[in-house]
Amino acid sequence: MAPPKSRRSSYSKKAQYSVFTGYLLAVLGALLGAGLLAISLWQPSTFAPLRGAANDVTAPVGNGTAIARSETTGLFDSISGYFNAGSKNAKLQEEVEIARIRLAEAEAIQAENERLKSILALTQSEIEPIAVTRLVTGSSTSSRRFAGIGVGRTKGIKIGMPVRAPRGVVGRILEVSRNSSRVLLLTDSESVLPVRRASDETVAFAEGRGDGFLNIRLINLGTNPFKEGDLFVTSGAGGYYRPGVAVAVLSEIKPYGGVAKLVADPSATDFVSVEPIFVPVALEAAEADPSQPLPNSTTEQSEEDQPAGSSPPEDE
Amino acid sequence: MERLNPAARSDRYGNRINRVTSPLRARTVPYITILLGSLLSVLFLADVIPIFPPLGYLFFLSWRIMRPGLLPLWAGLPLGIFDDLFSGQPFGSAVLLWSITMILLEIIENRFPWRGFYQDWFTASLAIIAYIFAAMVVSGAKLTFPLALAVLPQVAIAIMVYPAVSRIVAGLDRFRLSRSRKIR
Repeated sequence: MAPPKSRRSSYSKKAQYSVFTGYLLAVLGALLGAGLLAISLWQPSTFAPLRGAANDVTAPVGNGTAIARSETTGLFDSISGYFNAGSKNAKLQEEVEIARIRLAEAEAIQAENERLKSILALTQSEIEPIAVTRLVTGSSTSSRRFAGIGVGRTKGIKIGMPVRAPRGVVGRILEVSRNSSRVLLLTDSESVLPVRRASDETVAFAEGRGDGFLNIRLINLGTNPFKEGDLFVTSGAGGYYRPGVAVAVLSEIKPYGGVAKLVADPSATDFVSVEPIFVPVALEAAEADPSQPLPNSTTEQSEEDQPAGSSPPEDE
Repeated sequence: MERLNPAARSDRYGNRINRVTSPLRARTVPYITILLGSLLSVLFLADVIPIFPPLGYLFFLSWRIMRPGLLPLWAGLPLGIFDDLFSGQPFGSAVLLWSITMILLEIIENRFPWRGFYQDWFTASLAIIAYIFAAMVVSGAKLTFPLALAVLPQVAIAIMVYPAVSRIVAGLDRFRLSRSRKIR
């Protein structure tokens, strides 16, 4: 297409000036963008209020699309389920039998657990979620992995609270505004989570890779004890997450540990719950000056479940 | 008196008698579509890898290439700010990259004033590739090989979607210029 006539440079001073001004403004805009970018990379939370206000507005819309999304996923599942019903049925029956055996084993273990707990006089209190909601928005175009939820400060959400789906951990709260919050998903390359192997006490860190997988990094390097299919759960170290929530399943073994697949895929989850920070005292201790005594902060859960001293405060 | 062919009084923008293009519509449609594109990509939760094409940028690119001079050269600034609010990128990344896009496309256009669609598609593809990788670099994520690999599907989808987007933009352009205002 030929350029419009008015944009050809002419002898008119006015036209020439307006072209020049356009270039000048564009370059200034680019420089301003570079400046803003530098600030937000240096201090990521600088523009959080702006983003929060914008997300407060879009969260209700996101809620509608979230409902549509979960229902269409269900639709596709039921169509594909129709086609391989027979083979699935046989497989499921086999699985049910194995599951029954496992269930019996689990009951035995639970009984033993309760006995041991009663010896230790620990009371297991169920953690009440602060909010149950849907993931309404996501950074689906960016290399960072964020999601947005439609509850915020008014519902008592605070930065750092773990977010989990029924299957396992999804991420944790990164920014909070009035009626929406931003969740840092586990697969983001800035996310690190202390985990342990479910079957024993081998501790490791689960770091996001940005491509949907997690790197499991052993803390004690040596011979790699992992096997494919190992399940990793939160270890509770660091104080954010309560221990024992499923995180990932190992799919590939590497010298440093392995590569693992998420248990709770955020795009497949319907509802997520925001839980209180597990041991707030440990986080305060990690941030406070070591020479000063801790302020008298008593929280019900941390006192009952786990004394603050038992989990070493680790910075995530 | 014999009747004239009714089609003779109109062109593809509608009746030519007693009608003019609405200035409001002619000015705002491109901006509205670009802003909607920025918003739309937020509402899809393709979560484990970035798979959704950057629709706001695609609309921006398409309007710029199809109607040179319609968006002012500094349009990357306000539109980029809006995109940054929702995209999950650090604030300022779209402002920078969209402004640079405007300047580069202006230079390309001065160099090649007459172009066909395939040439435009080629230019847009280069812009999309550069944009997605540059956005990855400035996103603040740890730059690793798996991360670079993970954006490849997004790049491919965005390039493939570009013709559809420019079709939509062409339709919207006709809507934008249609003679909707009646002169009494």
